[in-house]
Amino acid sequence: MRARHLLLGAPLLLIALAAASPPRTVTYALPQTEEDFTLPPGEGAELTVGNCAACHSLDYIRTQPRGKGAQFWKDNVAKMIAVYKAPIAPADADAIAAYLAKTYGE
Amino acid sequence: MRRDNAICTGWTIGSRIMILERRHLLLGIGAQALLGGRVSAQDVTLPFANGVRPLVRYPGKRPLIGLTSRPPQLETPFGVFNETLLTPNDAFFVRYHMSDIPLSIDMAAWRLTIGGHVARPLSLSLDDLKRQFTPTDIVAVNQCSGNSRGFFSPRVGGGQLGNGAMGNARWTGVPLKAVLEKAGVKSGGKQVTFNGLDNPPAPDMPDFVKALDLDHATDGEVMLAWAMNGEDLPFLNGYPLRLVVPGYFGTYWVKHLSDIAVLDAPFEGYWMKTAYRVPDNDCQCVPVGEKPAATRPIGTFAVRSFLTSHADGATVSGADATILSGIAFDGGSGIAKVELSLDGGRQWVAARLGDDLGRYAFRPWTLVLRLPRGAQAVQVRATAVSGETQPMEPLWNPAGYLRNVVETVRLRVA
Repeated sequence: MRARHLLLGAPLLLIALAAASPPRTVTYALPQTEEDFTLPPGEGAELTVGNCAACHSLDYIRTQPRGKGAQFWKDNVAKMIAVYKAPIAPADADAIAAYLAKTYGE
Repeated sequence: MRRDNAICTGWTIGSRIMILERRHLLLGIGAQALLGGRVSAQDVTLPFANGVRPLVRYPGKRPLIGLTSRPPQLETPFGVFNETLLTPNDAFFVRYHMSDIPLSIDMAAWRLTIGGHVARPLSLSLDDLKRQFTPTDIVAVNQCSGNSRGFFSPRVGGGQLGNGAMGNARWTGVPLKAVLEKAGVKSGGKQVTFNGLDNPPAPDMPDFVKALDLDHATDGEVMLAWAMNGEDLPFLNGYPLRLVVPGYFGTYWVKHLSDIAVLDAPFEGYWMKTAYRVPDNDCQCVPVGEKPAATRPIGTFAVRSFLTSHADGATVSGADATILSGIAFDGGSGIAKVELSLDGGRQWVAARLGDDLGRYAFRPWTLVLRLPRGAQAVQVRATAVSGETQPMEPLWNPAGYLRNVVETVRLRVA
């Protein structure tokens, strides 16, 4: 490297030094305002928003296929609890599944 | 289909702020995170029911199709695949699993650790990786297991993607094999696990960790990549380092890679043992609506091809020859031929294959045809070097993976 720098001269040495600058902290600014924290009104809507949006945006719900029936939503709520350890009480889970089935399952 | 801007942004401000505050209590996110973003006024409609999606803008990305926002999941608008053979970094799709994604990485402190069943555990800076090993390049397609899930019939749950959760890039990095050799895998090593800086929003949820068999991990092709198309990895595509597993579905391409461990027993984590499983049979499919008797972890891409030169429903002139073109790829044997049919698959005409960037890359194809006037359904079918080809009728599995049916583009020839 040294011989090469001597041959190529000072300007390239400066570039080489710049390229070897110490590692920095790299940050990323998410556009948080993309997120919509509302669901259609209905019995259980607030409960659903409060529990589901604690871990993920509600577009996970909105974009699911419609007409999959009540069991689809019951299974999904059960999966969130069993696999992803969502801290949802059984009665709340039933109410959330019922809201989702009524709002998106038909 | 463009949704009214007022509907798009017409949130009930009061209740939204109330809910946001609750979320901040739950997650401890600062209010500053809410500032500075942009709400897109534009929507796109994917061609299946409930397919309206916002076109969203993220730093470093051109407007992409927003599937979810927390964590961000972004799909590439399909027209991009007609622009360049290498998918631009700012258009490349984004897929995360858990919402605690890294947003600040101190590269002075960042290390890749290699541990577990090895003789010499390693802790490498990015500079160490670049200097201690010989960098290499590969052009390879990355595709989500669930790419095109929205087209499944009957529909299945999961990310409702169109065909844009794929991309073709030149990856630069070092072979995982070289790094594992330096660490010295002890005899009895069975699998290698990969973990990144993304985490679940609560500690008892299953962290996203994937595993490869040791033989696969040391095949010399699996790569630790820091660059994509000649630039640092975009943040949302796994900065500063991601695993590249040529021919394999994106689920293995762990982003923000930070920890590698060699195990002397099969990995039992949720994301291998329960999630990302396909029917354990030749077609990796089951009759519609049925559950597979046995499953195995998803593996390589099924062969696919797309017509990219014309959108579905486009009008072309019947007076001139039409230049039809597109792309094809498979799980790594390479593309042997691409054929088109105008009569529902009775007769096929071979397209000319273009630049060969390697057997893991998109292979471009072109066919100049004088199309008969009227409504035409152009079907495109690729055959891989392995002999694998695309089915005329879609295969089905309950998770909505591996879609590779022969695609149809309807053209109006005027």
